[in-house]
Amino acid sequence: MTLLDEKIQSQLRTMFAELRHPVKLVMFTQSEGGAIECAMCSETRTLVEELAALSDKVGVEVLDFVADEAAAQAYGIDKIPAIAILGDGTPAKDAGIRFYGIPSGYEFGSLIESIMMVGRAEPGLSAAADQALQQLRTPAHIQVYVTPT
Amino acid sequence: MLANKLALASNLVRADAVEATEFPHLASRYRVYGVPRTVINEVIHIEGAVPESTMLAHLAILDDAQQMAQRTEEWEKRSKG
Repeated sequence: MTLLDEKIQSQLRTMFAELRHPVKLVMFTQSEGGAIECAMCSETRTLVEELAALSDKVGVEVLDFVADEAAAQAYGIDKIPAIAILGDGTPAKDAGIRFYGIPSGYEFGSLIESIMMVGRAEPGLSAAADQALQQLRTPAHIQVYVTPT
Repeated sequence: MLANKLALASNLVRADAVEATEFPHLASRYRVYGVPRTVINEVIHIEGAVPESTMLAHLAILDDAQQMAQRTEEWEKRSKG
């Protein structure tokens, strides 16, 4: 099954051609018939694999939420499907961005925008916001609840 | 997307985009009736999309022990209720 049609694939290829740094998508799913109810796992996996196929700058690693428990813990993944976005570096530097559930609709745009942002290695915050952020002392875990529409 | 920018800009920030309909127990826990709804370190909640300055003002609460104690108390009271 193909999730991304020809037109979108072509648009994304053009966009991804502008990526300056490699971006890695680490996706957590579960094997066929796994114990966790995960309606969107398989589709999310297809999506990230299709995205990675469009550019050699976009990599994908598919891990099993149960079998690769240590990796899940290291990335702070507590539910699936999950996508962690990693930036350039050896090992790849965690950008601190996660998508839980299938990124469809508006969230698909947000995933693409995040890939482009990590590939530019430039968050694009205002100077004032950047300065305020540097003052922060406490680790912040921001969860943004969204719906597909 | 703003949260994602903050996560990339700071090693102290992690940003999760959570699809509410796929995780109904969390949507219910955080009373997600409209989206986006932002939850920072469990106890700070923001309804709707907000500008950078508002988001950063909320992040600053994390470094304010007194305000955090108050928010935590409110959150615990609401969670029980």
